[in-house]
Amino acid sequence: SSAIKSLLALPGEYIKAEQKQVSCWELTGEGKSFVDNGSYEYILFNSVPKEGIFQKDLMKLPNAKIGFSKAMTLGWISIDKKAEGGPTVFRKVETAEDEVVKVLNSISEQKSVPDKVIQDVKKRKLISPVVTKFYKVTKGPGFSTTIQRPEADLTAEMLQDGSWKSKTFKDYNFAARGAPMTSGYLHPLLKVRAEYRRIFLDMGFSEMPTAQFVENGFWNFDALFQPQQHPARDAHDTFFISDPALTKEAKFPSDYLERVKTTHEKGGYGSTGYDYDWKVVEAQKNILRTHTTAVSARMLYKIAQQPEFKPVKMFSIDRVFRNETLDATHLAEFHQIEGVVADRNLNLGHLIGILHTFFKKLGIEKLKFKPAYNPYTEPSMEIFSYHEGLKKWVEIGNSGIFRPEMLLPMGLPADVNVIAWGLSLERPTMIKCGINNIRELIGPKVNLNMVQDFPICRVNKA
Amino acid sequence: MPTISVTRDVLYERLGKTFTDEDFEDECFGFGIELDDIVEENNVVKFKIDIPANRYDLLCVEGLSRAMNVFRDRMVVPKFTVVPGKEKLIVDDSVSGVRPYSVAAVLRDMKFTEESYNSFILLQDKLHQNIGRERSLVSIGTHDLDTIQGPFTYQALAPEQIKFQPLNQDSVMTAPEMFEKFRQTYLKPYLQIIEGKPLYPLITDANGVVLSLPPIINGEHSKITLDTKNVFIEVTACDRAKCRIVIDTICSMFSEYCSTPFTCESVTVESSSGSVQTPPMKYQTMECSAAQLCTKGGITGLTPDSVADHLTKMFLPSKAVGEQVTVEIGPTRHDVLHQCDVEEDLAIAYGYNNITEQVPNLNTIGAEQECNKLSDAIREELARAGFTEVLTFSLCSRDDISTSLRNGKALEEAVQIANPKSNEFQVVRTSLLPGILKTASCNRKMPLPLKLFEVSDVVFKSEDTETGSKNQRKICALFSGKTSGFEVVHGLLDRIMLSLSEKNYSIRASEESMFFTGRGADILLGTEKIGHLGILHPEVLENFEISLPCSVLEMSLEPFV
Repeated sequence: SSAIKSLLALPGEYIKAEQKQVSCWELTGEGKSFVDNGSYEYILFNSVPKEGIFQKDLMKLPNAKIGFSKAMTLGWISIDKKAEGGPTVFRKVETAEDEVVKVLNSISEQKSVPDKVIQDVKKRKLISPVVTKFYKVTKGPGFSTTIQRPEADLTAEMLQDGSWKSKTFKDYNFAARGAPMTSGYLHPLLKVRAEYRRIFLDMGFSEMPTAQFVENGFWNFDALFQPQQHPARDAHDTFFISDPALTKEAKFPSDYLERVKTTHEKGGYGSTGYDYDWKVVEAQKNILRTHTTAVSARMLYKIAQQPEFKPVKMFSIDRVFRNETLDATHLAEFHQIEGVVADRNLNLGHLIGILHTFFKKLGIEKLKFKPAYNPYTEPSMEIFSYHEGLKKWVEIGNSGIFRPEMLLPMGLPADVNVIAWGLSLERPTMIKCGINNIRELIGPKVNLNMVQDFPICRVNKA
Repeated sequence: MPTISVTRDVLYERLGKTFTDEDFEDECFGFGIELDDIVEENNVVKFKIDIPANRYDLLCVEGLSRAMNVFRDRMVVPKFTVVPGKEKLIVDDSVSGVRPYSVAAVLRDMKFTEESYNSFILLQDKLHQNIGRERSLVSIGTHDLDTIQGPFTYQALAPEQIKFQPLNQDSVMTAPEMFEKFRQTYLKPYLQIIEGKPLYPLITDANGVVLSLPPIINGEHSKITLDTKNVFIEVTACDRAKCRIVIDTICSMFSEYCSTPFTCESVTVESSSGSVQTPPMKYQTMECSAAQLCTKGGITGLTPDSVADHLTKMFLPSKAVGEQVTVEIGPTRHDVLHQCDVEEDLAIAYGYNNITEQVPNLNTIGAEQECNKLSDAIREELARAGFTEVLTFSLCSRDDISTSLRNGKALEEAVQIANPKSNEFQVVRTSLLPGILKTASCNRKMPLPLKLFEVSDVVFKSEDTETGSKNQRKICALFSGKTSGFEVVHGLLDRIMLSLSEKNYSIRASEESMFFTGRGADILLGTEKIGHLGILHPEVLENFEISLPCSVLEMSLEPFV
């Protein structure tokens, strides 16, 4: 039947095949031995002599129990239980016809036998049913005495020898998937980073040199007019370095350091200052930077040392470190995105304008601004955008104008204002991709399948 | 950001309006505060409101509602007056070594309700927590003036000499005994502020009755009840400015309950440096040009009079005379340090979302950092070569870069963290290997071979930089499979050098214990070692729980930038 199945599977109908079945009876092994040797009752009957036989001797015959019971039922033998010497069996009839063997022979010869008789014989397990399946095979329209095997694929040889013209081809399974590509992949978060870098470059921003994770208190806090007893400078928010623990005092520009110290302690430049005792050792303490604004401060100081002020637009996207409590959306290290514009007479209107331009490139057009507080910017604004999916306003960043107490000690001209804004790289990526746990995006536990399946990043498309 | 808890109905009563939750949120948004949560405590609805960290005048329902009422033109800015009082606080030099600064004030003829009493306690808690830096910088003691008698003395004594009945305790104890008891209570974190010092600060009255042991606990004797009429407030501190801010805040917030509202009585504080009246409750004036005040906010179309009106709404009473605006900055606005603080308030009153946007008229040409540009190009090459990028943490454990990599010397050149919360943050990595190996270990089910890479910064100690440390941009690649794939990472190295147009490199067998015997090599650029590659030693694989052979390559990108 496997041959027929293969023939049926060939394209171009070689044959037609109709499956049929027929049932009949077949003799079991026991049935066959009856036909060869006689039934148990017949054999037993023939073992009873004219004079009779003790039952106990008779019963020594094989299958005597069945034979005896059957012979008794058929009336072929009788038993005298009171006979002398023990129960004795006698013939009741002279001869017997082995009826059951006659029936079995009829069945063997496919002669018709009444149903009841068949059931009796079946009950004695002398016959069993047999189903025969068969095919009725006829020639199909494509019949031929030679078989042509269909090809799976077009090969170079077929092209060369032209045999493709005479071959048949198997159907292609268009419903199955194609072969997976073996390829290399870039990390999803860095794909998003590339998009943000492009946006800044498109807007004419220059990248700041941020390859410096270790910073000191001076540039991370003091130069930004963040006072020394501020909670953000606490050990439970900031990673302090035990080795190398301090920046040498000589490494700071000494007159600038003096101006920073005075501004904190007594004010000046129109400020009342904080009225506390500023300690240089706090400025010397090395930490892992808590924001890339430390680099912005360094850059602004450099710009202020130029003989002539030139306006700038600068950006950075790099790692920052916070020693906070960790949870599903917070890690000890993450990437901060920062934009800075320094020019004469900039104001909040300009900040709002550039934020609209920046976020428009991210596909975000509806923005709302909220008063906020930052130690080094005044005014400060939190930036909110309307999230269509969540149907509410979500905070997407922070911004402000740097305080005069930060800019004037550097030596920047009095009419120069510096506007700045920042956001994290991870948060918008998680929101856009529907990732709830930041460890699925960065770190060793990231599922590499996710990295490999991550699509092209189009930040401006919803 | 500090969060305060106010009873909604009390707040709405003071505001004279019942808002819907949504309307109140909008009101908060424009004002610069945030309704963070709405909770129900004992069937009373409470609002949890986030307050800017520098606004001490918004830390209680009294101050918050007052500021909002002024903002909504429902109330005139009150003038705070200090009436000369008879009380005296004598400060002894002994406190200079432990808690040098101290001020005091009296609130006369107060009427407390349960609500205002609780608010009074809550404000002290908030000030302790925030500006007081968990009492280490400033702490407050408030007392029933009618139970004590001035003049009061602030001095520092040896712990064993201090003996009194502390608040809510029923027996007299010495300071050491108190400390033992308080170690089991909520006061535990404050003990270390003075414990171990030879002298502890103490405030007593003329009869030796102890008012308080700052910053730990007040005495039971002078405790305030609902029936208290006259309140003596003492503030002790390690920071003189914060000391003044705290007492000004308490006085300006709660003097509204005195029989003469917004009035408090001064206390003469005498010390070896002279005599001074406290609380300061000072007023400053700032003379500004109306036009100048508007420029920062990009605000146009306001007359000097409307500028003055807007500022008055922000609790900065102002008057315009011609172009000049005189701004009065009172004891509730210690956050105002510079004209820019006033400029921000003007913009808030005007409404940030009413400001016309302008795009800065500034043409500049964009530019990238060369190192980042090159790194991105190399990353593309590595991905094209069939490697998958990983992004791992800069911080790791000491073992990760040393013993786990069979590199005993690594810690000598690594930057160490002083206060790690777990051993995952002990050092800044000097190699990208731990991160890439952990990623391989976590992704065991990926089809083989596993090919990973990372291009990122590590940090080394360095003598010749400002901070004593330096970032280094490195390339790291890993191959892991049924076989080691050494020839693959070797081929990758050749590919990298080809993309960098570098022919002057070579490989030299090395004895580094990180690699399997005879299967490790240095990568040389000219004669200088810039990296290494090889088959990782089985012990390294075991340390990172990897059960398949791995070949790795790590080199610095810096020479090529």
